[in-house]
Parts: sequence; structure tokens; C-alpha cells
Amino acid sequence: MVEGLRRVVVTGLGAVTPIGNNVADYWEGLISGRNGVAPITLFDASRHACRFAAEVKDFDTAGWLEPKEAKRWDRFCQFGVVAAKQAVADAGLSIDDSNAQRVGVAIGSGVGGLLMMETQAHVLADRGPDRVSPFCVPMMIPNMATGLAAIAIGARGPSSAVATACAAGSNAIGDAFRLIQMGLADAMVCGGAESAITPLGVAGFASARALSFRNDDPATASRPFDAERNGFVIGEGAGVLVLESLEHATARGARVLGEIVGYGMTCDAYHYTLPSPGGVGAAEAIRLALADARLEPESVDYVNAHGTSTQANDSNETAAIKSALGAHAMTIPVSSTKSMTGHLLGGSGGIEAIAAVLAVTHNQVPPTINYSTPDPACDLDVVPNQAREHNVNVVLSNSFGFGGHNVCLAFRRMA
Amino acid sequence: MSQEAIFEKVRSIVAEQLSVEADEVKQESNFQNDLGADSLDTVELVMALEEAFDIEIPDESAEGITTVGDAVKYIQEKQA
Repeated sequence: MVEGLRRVVVTGLGAVTPIGNNVADYWEGLISGRNGVAPITLFDASRHACRFAAEVKDFDTAGWLEPKEAKRWDRFCQFGVVAAKQAVADAGLSIDDSNAQRVGVAIGSGVGGLLMMETQAHVLADRGPDRVSPFCVPMMIPNMATGLAAIAIGARGPSSAVATACAAGSNAIGDAFRLIQMGLADAMVCGGAESAITPLGVAGFASARALSFRNDDPATASRPFDAERNGFVIGEGAGVLVLESLEHATARGARVLGEIVGYGMTCDAYHYTLPSPGGVGAAEAIRLALADARLEPESVDYVNAHGTSTQANDSNETAAIKSALGAHAMTIPVSSTKSMTGHLLGGSGGIEAIAAVLAVTHNQVPPTINYSTPDPACDLDVVPNQAREHNVNVVLSNSFGFGGHNVCLAFRRMA
Repeated sequence: MSQEAIFEKVRSIVAEQLSVEADEVKQESNFQNDLGADSLDTVELVMALEEAFDIEIPDESAEGITTVGDAVKYIQEKQA
């Protein structure tokens, strides 16, 4: 942390996830080990090599979106805007002409409005260019969750939508943290949103050999750090936080959930999809986050891992955590909540930052479910199958994305 | 197709496209002022009418169609 930078706190949370459509249900799901994975219902996946996913269930937009918005908007925008509204309500933040210019939005997405793009590509081929929807472009661009959330809450300050694949949500939160630290905004509504469970999305990730094909037993397919893991399970949803300068939060008497203290990011500069051997890029991101927070590795109480359940991620992330935290890594819980939520791609950083903050407020650590067979290459304490009471003051949240993006965020209890 | 039949068909398309109740869609309803359509909604609505009635509505003509009645009248003339 550089001298003169402002302190930044978390004051509101919003979540739409495969295991709960608000923060309370999501956290209850994480602590009870709820499994969000099931056969795909959003489209006919009978021809696909992977036929299951972690879908958002019973998503009810009544009270959050107008009927026309619910009909028009791509699903990732609906998730993002609902989570943003939940977070702003949770923070008790009112936005009006007096502060609108000082409140911003940064909701990242790895993929954007894939279903709209895919559907309209069929319209183009079958019915010609004159029949392509006027909503094709606005609904497929990955910044539209940010744009629509800003309209919905009336935020006219800084706005951006980072697209660093599965690190997008964490990048968005980190960038928002920096903007507030530097005094360019007083509050930021930030996180990630994604909905890529579409015929093309599932086929594409399957062809990249990133997905588990465990069709005979989908509920056990997302098994991070387990020796029998064979790919990730695609998920969808959004997680959004309200960050504020400590000064701003204090002045309005806001409830403070925790402080965001560190942001580290690097690039592997190595391969499209594979992490660099030994997780060296990820390790450096963790070191940078700790240095930014002026924290020693020994102060870390819990790591919410990226933990995708792919062979390559989980072993390299284990190496990265051990490299960055040294011997201390073997003494703390390191769990992957993707075992329950699946992998929300650009949305994962948002919901996992929420899990990290709530681990601090509840002094509880969510488990890694579906864990049965130890892998010598993943030998950290992954909190197998059962949540744990644990004193959590400092927590790290890792997110890594195709393209070699590595992000680590550090949160701590308000001192 | 009678004017009444065209109106009924237009009304159901407009209600569906703009997510409003069919009762709210009247001959004199203005798409933008009364039914909440924005510029993109209007483009999409014109496309839907073209498909439903198997006609072409050039942009110059579409600009003159601001109410449900305008659309009904235009379609009736095209079909005459």
C-alpha cells in the first residue's frame, strides 16, 4: 500500500449463484456443502460430450427487473444487474445527484452475451442480414452488465468491464479497489457476471478439453484437488460487491463487512489455456497481493482457491500457494467453492470474493466437496467435504484465466 | 384481411414485442410515448410486422409509422 492512498472497505454484497439466488442462500449453501451441478436444462445437450452444468435455478426477476428487461436482456446482464441491485440495497447506499458522479460500476465478464450472438448467427445464416436483431450488438458486448447496472442504480462515475476470462470478476474488484484508493471514486459496485451455458459455449470448452465429461455422475464431477478430477463444470451467475472508501462508509454510518487490502496481478505469458509450470505466475500474483497489503505470508488464515477441478490448474495452483506462502501453506485451510458452484468463469471472482469476505465475518471456512482420493500433487488442507469453524482475519481469493491472467485479492477483518 | 383482423394481429405482436398487456394497445397508441418503445424496440417491431404480414417496410416508410393505427393503415394499403 502506497502512502496517501485511501483505505477501502466492503459494505454490500449481492449474489445470484447455482446454489442460491441471494447472498444468504448462497452462504448457507456453501457452509452446508450444497451441490449446484445437474444435467443441462437450458438447451438440448444430447449431442454434447458434456451434458451437465451448474445452472442458476428458479431465477425470479420479479421485483428486480421490468418484464421487458427480463425478456430482452441476455442472461449474464440479468444476473449482473440483479446482483448489483442486491449489493447496493445491502449496503444501504443511496445514489442521487449529490453523489452519482462519485459512484462507479465495474462488472467483468469473460464471455459476454454468448446466447444472443449464437442465436443471431443462426438468424443471419437462415433468414439473412436484414433479420438480425437490433439488440444483437448491445446484448452480446461483455460490458453491457456494467452499462445496464449503471442505468439501474444511477451511477455516473467510473465505469469499466474487464474481460480477462475467468479472472475478470477479480480484476474488476481489484481495479475498483484501486480507483477508490486513488480518490477517483468514493464507491464502486464491482464483481463479475457470466452466462455461457449455451450450445456453443459448452461445445467450445469441451473441445478445449477443459470440461469434465462425467455424465454418468454429474454431482461428483466438480472435485477440485481430488486425484480423480478430470475437468471443470461450467457454471453461471454473478457476484457483486459494494466497495467504499473507509471515510465515505464511516461518514454515512455504513455497516462494514471487511477491508480489501491487497491486489496482485500478473500474466504467465506462456500459453492460451495452460498455466505456467509450477504456477510461477500465480505465485507472483499472490506475493504481489501480500506486498500490496503489507502482510506477511504467515498472517494468511484462509485461501479461497481458484481450484477449477482441472488437472493442470489444481496441481499448479497448489505449487503456487506453497511457493508464495512457504511452510505456512501447509498449516491453513485452502478450499475450492467451485466444488459446489461449478466454475462461473468471469463471474467466479465475484462470488468467491463474497465467500472470502463472509469467511471473515462468520469465522467459518466453506469445504471442498466431492473430495475422496488424495493427490500427492495437491497436498494442501482442502477442507474436505465439511465446513469448518476457523478464526479468519486475513483471506486470499485467487482467480486465473485463459490467456494466462493471474489475480489475487486480499481481504481482512476491519481493525 | 379486414382492418379489424389486421389490428388484432398487430395488437398481439406489439404486446408481445414490447411486453405490455394487449388491452393497453389501442389504435391511437403511440409506440414511443404510450407503449415505452425505444429506437431499438421500434426497429425490432418493424421486423416482426414484416415477417408476420410478409411485406417489406422500407426505413422511409417506417419513420412515418408512429402509432398502432399508422401500422394498421400501412399494412392494409400494402395488402390492397
